[in-house]
Amino acid sequence: MAEQAQVHPLGLRHHFNNLDQQLEAGTMGMWVFLVTEIMFFGALFCSYAIYRSVYPEAWALGSHLNSSTLGAAMTVVLLMSSLTMALGVRSAALGNQRVVILMLSLTIVLGLAFMGMKGFEYYHHFEDKLVPGYDFSGYHGAHAGPVQMFISFYFIMTAIHATHMVVGVGLLSVMIWMTSRGRFNRQYYAPLEITGLYWHFVDIIWIFLFPMLYLVDLHK
Amino acid sequence: MSTTPLVPPQSEVKKNYLNAGYGIKSWLLTTDHKRIALLYLASITFFFLIGGLFALLIRLELLTPAGDLVTSETYNKLFTMHGVIMIFFFLIPSIPATLGNFLVPVMVGARDLAFPRINLLSWYLFVIGGVLAIYSMMAGGVDTGWTFYTPYSSVYSNTHVVVMIIGIFVAGFSSILTGLNFIVTIHTMRAPGMTWFRLPLFIWSNYATSLVQILGTPVVAITLALVAIERVFKLGIFNPTLGGDPVLFQHLFWFYSHPAVYIMVLPGMGVISEIISAFSRKRVFGYEFVALASIAISILGFLVWGHHMFVAGESVYSALSFSFLSFLIAIPSAIKVFNWTATLHKGSISFDTPLLYAFGFIGLFTVGGLTGLFLASLGLNVHVHDTYFVVAHFHYIMVGGTVMAYMGGIHYWWPKISGRMYPEGWGRLSALLVFVGFNLTFLPQFVVGYLGMPRRYHAYPPEFQIWNVLSTAGATVLGLGYALPLIYFFWSARYAAKAGPNPWGASGLEWQIDSPPITENFEVTPVITGPPYDYRKVLPQEEPVG
Repeated sequence: MAEQAQVHPLGLRHHFNNLDQQLEAGTMGMWVFLVTEIMFFGALFCSYAIYRSVYPEAWALGSHLNSSTLGAAMTVVLLMSSLTMALGVRSAALGNQRVVILMLSLTIVLGLAFMGMKGFEYYHHFEDKLVPGYDFSGYHGAHAGPVQMFISFYFIMTAIHATHMVVGVGLLSVMIWMTSRGRFNRQYYAPLEITGLYWHFVDIIWIFLFPMLYLVDLHK
Repeated sequence: MSTTPLVPPQSEVKKNYLNAGYGIKSWLLTTDHKRIALLYLASITFFFLIGGLFALLIRLELLTPAGDLVTSETYNKLFTMHGVIMIFFFLIPSIPATLGNFLVPVMVGARDLAFPRINLLSWYLFVIGGVLAIYSMMAGGVDTGWTFYTPYSSVYSNTHVVVMIIGIFVAGFSSILTGLNFIVTIHTMRAPGMTWFRLPLFIWSNYATSLVQILGTPVVAITLALVAIERVFKLGIFNPTLGGDPVLFQHLFWFYSHPAVYIMVLPGMGVISEIISAFSRKRVFGYEFVALASIAISILGFLVWGHHMFVAGESVYSALSFSFLSFLIAIPSAIKVFNWTATLHKGSISFDTPLLYAFGFIGLFTVGGLTGLFLASLGLNVHVHDTYFVVAHFHYIMVGGTVMAYMGGIHYWWPKISGRMYPEGWGRLSALLVFVGFNLTFLPQFVVGYLGMPRRYHAYPPEFQIWNVLSTAGATVLGLGYALPLIYFFWSARYAAKAGPNPWGASGLEWQIDSPPITENFEVTPVITGPPYDYRKVLPQEEPVG
C-alpha cells in the first residue's frame, strides 16, 4: 500500500497492512477468546446442571441461603456498568475524549460497587458459618451434603466471575490512561471497543449466574 | 501491494531473522514468530529429554518381572511424570508451537502472526507452567497418573498434585493463545489471492488443531482447577463421600483429553501432506478432501471421549453411541492415508530423510488407527482395557504418528530455519533407527497387553518377561535414533553446507524466500495466483549452495 509509506496512521502496528485489517484481527481475536471463556464457564455450568438434576431439593434450599434482593441489586449495578461502557465506546466513535474518560471511570466505579456487594455477601456467609470445607456448621436444614456442594458452586463461580471483573477493571484503567494520553481518535479506538466486548461478556456471565445461584425455586 | 520497504544489504552478510539482533534480550523480548518458534524448539526439546529420561527408567524397571529397581510408589511417579511432561509439555506444543509458529505466517503470506506480543506471552506462560511442573517433580513428584482421576488426586494422594495442576493450567493458556493466534492469522492475514482452497494443507491442519485447542483446553483447565480447589478447600465436587461424582470428572477430563490426541496428530498430518507432495513432486491427491478431513477430525474428535469410560459405569446407550462415533472418526483419518498413498502413485520420488520419516508416519499411524478400532469395539475394549494393548495403541499414534511427523518436519524445514543442510546420510540412518526401534519397543506391548499385562504396575508375572525385554531393547535403539539428530542438527547449524532458498525444489511460499528468512519474511507481499503444490511450475531440485 503506497499511502502507508507516506502517512503512518495512529495505532497501526507494523505487521498489518492497514487499520481495517488490524481492527478485524483484533475484534476476531477477542471473539475467539470469548469462545474459550464460554467453554471455560461451560464446564462449570454443565457440572452445575448435572448436580442440580441429581439434587433438586438441595439446590432449592441452597439457593435460599443467598439473598435474591442483594443479587438483584448487584444485577442492576452491573447492567448499569454495561450501559456506561457502551456510552464510552460511542463517545470514542464521536471523538469526545472527555466523555470517554468520564464513562469509563463510571464503569469502574460501578464494577467496584458490584465487587463490594459481593464482598459483603461473602462476609455474611463467613459470619453465618456457611463456607463449605471450612465451616459449614451454620446450616441446620436437610440435605446438608448437597447443599454444601451448591454453596461450593456458588463460591467457585462467583469467585471466577469476580476475577474476570478485576481483569476488566485493569483493562479499563489502561484504556483511561491511553485515552488521556491521546492514543485514540475517531478513526482508531479499537482497543476500547475490544475492552467493551470483554466487559459486556463478563456481564452476560453474571446474567446466567444470577438465576442459577439466587432464584432456584424462588416461589417456595 | 508492496508493504515492506526493501532493506538495502549493509555488507556481505545478508540480513535475516537470526542475525537481526544478538544478545539474550533480542531473544527473550522478541516478537518475531520465527524466533519464538526457536524458543519453543529449545524448551520442548528440553522437556522431551526429561520425559525420555522417565521413559528410560520405566523401561529399565520393566526389564525384570520383580519390582526391583524402584519401589511401586516411585514407579507411580515415574509414569505419571513421563505422561504429564510428554503430553502437556512436549506433544501438544510440539508441531504447532515450533513448526507452526515458524511457518503459519509465511505460508499465508504475512509478516507475522496477528498478535506477536501474545505469541511471546504464550511462550512465557509455557515456561512458567514448565517451571511449576519441574518444581512439583523436584519437590517429590506426583503419583496420580497423567489423568488425575478423582477422588485419588483430590483427596488421597499425598504428592504435589496442586502445583502440577497449576503448571498444566498455565501451560494450557499458552496452548489456547497459540490456537487463537493461528485462527485469527489464517482468517485475517492471508496475502492477496490466497483463498481458502489455495492454502497449504499444513495450514488447514493447524487451523483444525487450533479449533480443538480453543474449544477443548478451557474445559480441562477448569476441570483440573476444580480438582485443585477441591483438594485445597476440601470440597466435594468429584468426591463421592460428599455427594460428588468421580465419573463427572472423567467426562470433563476426556472431553479435552481425547481431542488433545488430535491436537497432537493433526499438525503431524499437515507436515506429512507437505513432505509427501514435495518428495513425490506432485499435487496432493484429493487436496480438498484432505483439507476438509482435518476439519472433520477436529469436529468428530469432540464426540468420542466416552470410549475412555466403557468400564467406568457409563450407560449402555451412551457406550453404544460413543463406540459408533469412534468408528466414524476412522473415515477422515483413512481418507488422508489413502490420499497420501495416491499422491505417491506415479510420483517422482526421492527417498530423502523427511520422506523416510513420512513413510514411518503412514505405517505407524495406520497401525495405531486400526488398533484404535479394536478399542472402539465395546467387547474387545473390556478385554484389553487398561492393559499394555492400550499403551501400545496410543504410542503408535503419539510417537509413531506425531513424533515421526515432527522429526520429518524438522528435517524438511531445517534448511529454512537454519539456512543450512543437515547431513543426509546420518538423517536417513536416524529415520531407520527410529522406525526399527519404535516397532521393537511397542509391537511386543500389543502382544503382552492382549495376553493380559495391565498398565501402571512395576512388577509382572515372569511369563511376560520376553516381551518386556524386547521392548526395553527397542527403546534403547529408539533413544539412539533420537539422539543422532540432536547431535547433527547442532553440528549442521554451524558447519554444514548453506542450503539456498529452495533446496528441495518444493512449491510452498516458504521456499520462495531466503533461508533463513528476513525478519519481515517477505520483501514484497506476495500475490498468489494459483493452487498450491503446482509442481508443473516448480523447477527441478536445485543443488545446495556450497
